[in-house]
Amino acid sequence: MFIIFVLNYCSYFMSPRPLRLRKISNPPIISGFKPYGKKPEKETNEVIFLMYEEYESLRLCDYEMLNHHQASVIMDVSRPTLTRIYAKARQKIAEAFVMGKQIIIEGGKIYFDSEWFSCKKCGCFFNNPEKQYNITECPLCRSNNFTNCEEVTNGADESVFRCSDMCICPECGHEQPHNFGKPCSSEICPGCGHQMIRKGTPKSKKK
Amino acid sequence: MKVAITSTGNDLNSKLDQRFGRCSYFVIYDTETRGMEFIPNPNKEAQEGAGPASVQIVASRNVGKIVSGEFGIKIKSLLDSLKIQMIVLKEPEKSIGEIINMLNT
Repeated sequence: MFIIFVLNYCSYFMSPRPLRLRKISNPPIISGFKPYGKKPEKETNEVIFLMYEEYESLRLCDYEMLNHHQASVIMDVSRPTLTRIYAKARQKIAEAFVMGKQIIIEGGKIYFDSEWFSCKKCGCFFNNPEKQYNITECPLCRSNNFTNCEEVTNGADESVFRCSDMCICPECGHEQPHNFGKPCSSEICPGCGHQMIRKGTPKSKKK
Repeated sequence: MKVAITSTGNDLNSKLDQRFGRCSYFVIYDTETRGMEFIPNPNKEAQEGAGPASVQIVASRNVGKIVSGEFGIKIKSLLDSLKIQMIVLKEPEKSIGEIINMLNT
């Protein structure tokens, strides 16, 4: 009885952990959707706000056809968080479809990640703020000897995905191939006996 | 196209400032008319929020590119939405004159 009282007391006064920032690689090219053919008798301007992070999860999971773990690594959140964001996105879109509501894509706890390039001649780094135009020269020295920084890291990530995922021990850093269908948390590290976690998730990057 | 460069002093021989928000001077250089303007940074001693305040100063001059040594986490998303290109140059010994020569070639 006393324990329940203490728990309730704590949950009343303690604030939850702040949300982790979600990384958005490709912002949407439109800012929303409007229904048409609706009977005008009900003049309700009800709108549904689809967050940027929810749009991004839909784009990664349904358009790029990635699985939730791959999408969570790209958005830099944990796999359960990605699944929650994705479930919310589908629920909001379904509600808009069924109720004939307008969708506005805005808000959310996010940061944008633009492409970065590095010039080999002058050694500078630069980004491309206008995604519709491709960069043809270094903005500083106008040489065309530059590389895309993202490609290097993406290539490394892809090789991780191709040779299937890895389980990593958060304590000693031991890695082993992930057994498909078996949760990483049920694996025990042979070195130190600690629970394993999936490589690439935010938790595994801390150590 | 106008380019903003962060500077440690107000002449062409001064070095590139490695910080964006708390640099001493901004140099606004116009690549078409080759005119330039030195603006002292009022946020140099600011405790916090120097980055966004500096972005406001630079954006009010319709700048298309910014050359600096480093950009903070608050500024990156702001400049992305304003469509200003960031150029990170990790060479503290480069003078403003040298950078302007690079832009002209």
